[in-house]
Amino acid sequence: MSFHKAVTIKEVVAEANGVKTLRFFLRRKCLPGQFLMIWIPGIDEIPMSLSYIGSLKGITVKEVGEATRALCSLRPGDQLGVRGPYGRGFSLGRGSVLCVGGGNGIASLMPAAEALKRDLVDFAIGAKTETELVFVERAKKCSNYVAISTDDGTKGFKGTVVELAARMMDKKKYDSVLACGPEPMLFQLFDLCKKYDVDCQFSLERFMKCGIGICGSCAINGIRVCREGPVFSRRELESLMEFGRFRRDASGVRITF
Amino acid sequence: MSLQTKLKSLVLSNPTMLASGILSETSGCIIAAAKSGAGAVVTKSIGSVPREGYPNPTVVELEFGYINAMGLPNPGIDEFGKEVKDSLGCGVPIIGSIFASDEKEFAYLSKKMEEYGVAALELNLSCPHAKGYGMEIGVDPEIVRKIVSMIKDEIRIPVFAKLTPNTHRLIEVAKAVEEAGGDGVVAINTVKAMSISIDFKRPVLANRYGGLSGPAIKPIGIRCVYELYDALDIPIIGVGGIETWKDAVEYLMAGATALQIGSAVRKRGLGVFRNINNGLRRFLEKEGYSAISEIVGVAHEFS
Repeated sequence: MSFHKAVTIKEVVAEANGVKTLRFFLRRKCLPGQFLMIWIPGIDEIPMSLSYIGSLKGITVKEVGEATRALCSLRPGDQLGVRGPYGRGFSLGRGSVLCVGGGNGIASLMPAAEALKRDLVDFAIGAKTETELVFVERAKKCSNYVAISTDDGTKGFKGTVVELAARMMDKKKYDSVLACGPEPMLFQLFDLCKKYDVDCQFSLERFMKCGIGICGSCAINGIRVCREGPVFSRRELESLMEFGRFRRDASGVRITF
Repeated sequence: MSLQTKLKSLVLSNPTMLASGILSETSGCIIAAAKSGAGAVVTKSIGSVPREGYPNPTVVELEFGYINAMGLPNPGIDEFGKEVKDSLGCGVPIIGSIFASDEKEFAYLSKKMEEYGVAALELNLSCPHAKGYGMEIGVDPEIVRKIVSMIKDEIRIPVFAKLTPNTHRLIEVAKAVEEAGGDGVVAINTVKAMSISIDFKRPVLANRYGGLSGPAIKPIGIRCVYELYDALDIPIIGVGGIETWKDAVEYLMAGATALQIGSAVRKRGLGVFRNINNGLRRFLEKEGYSAISEIVGVAHEFS
């Protein structure tokens, strides 16, 4: 069952500057890394990764446009339309894992980290500045070690989260890297994973309309981010020549990163 | 057993095509469909300039189909040249779908598509939800006649007109295509439809109306193809709710020479082409036929 359904918001949590988590009950089985299509009637319908996958589900929204602004203005008792879950999430194997989250990307990694054994997980969490850091306390609860980076140095390591991850991978051999964030960041991190020969799974983002694999707007080298993704393995990423190079806008015109 | 079929001068190694608008906007998807066994790929409908389409929701999932109102998003004919160029080596014919508001714009787009190297053209005269395009002009036989004859004057590749079931003048429109020199018709496009959220007490689609596709419309498609077969001498490409080889056989028996598959890609993936082709081949062998053409229209023998 993935049809439209109305859910009532139970709880709104302010996570950081311009970032809120909306919690609601939805009795549908969701896997780490999967997403829902979220309908804000009269405004838009957008894909959102799940930041909580228990019976009290959650999406973590950063205000970037009209739809996300509308989502952030909702209160407990308000209703949202949802369909899904859709897509293929993270495949969780054994071994030590480094979770690398850039900005709001960290939200989709949390359910994966929480499904793993605490002592196997390390985190590298990055944001532009301290007030935009998300889920640091939550990450500490489900991991062995949490490192932080900010572009302006207001908290933790001063620099990008990829530079931070490079230091961590230099010191410790991980079995895999799970990551989500802006594509240019993921592209750099991908080079790093190749350099250290570490397996990886990245959650990608593309302009998405139908969410169910028929419109093709989210395709990257013919692969649908909404169906075959949003999480891709290292081998798959290697075959995606468009990854890190260009995306497409709402009309399908190619836009170079 | 070969599944070869012919649409005038266009020869297909098998009768299945990827329908327009389904994963056919980018070269990557066109190539993926070709590799999956489709006998041809019809591109997303392309217009003169880039167009974003409607805001979401653009799709409603139902038990037996989908209602969509994408609003003809496309990168525009100039940009689309890159996608065609990157797709031409895919091994199967590419059919360029175009939409326009009058015959001059149609002729302009046709010439561009021919220059890009597509094997045939499909005219979108049937999109049920875009103002000034598609079905709004495709229900008038005189407008359709003008469009098809102007295009036929301009280009040499075969021209197919995709028709809407949302009219009582289906046969008149189809005859107009034939009389104007059109090389075939494609029937049907989606059926105008709506879905209302009882929770939010409003239509789900941002555009309110959309087009219904999938198994829900197969009987309508079969009826249209059957009627068209009686009225026309040019080939008919059947489309609407084809998911299995049995659906394909039904369309062929109704009078289709080739088939298009769209919504089924959601449920069955791109493997749907190979599955349908394998099933068709087995059916023809079991029933003692030696070519697709032998079953085209057989259901009319009893009328």
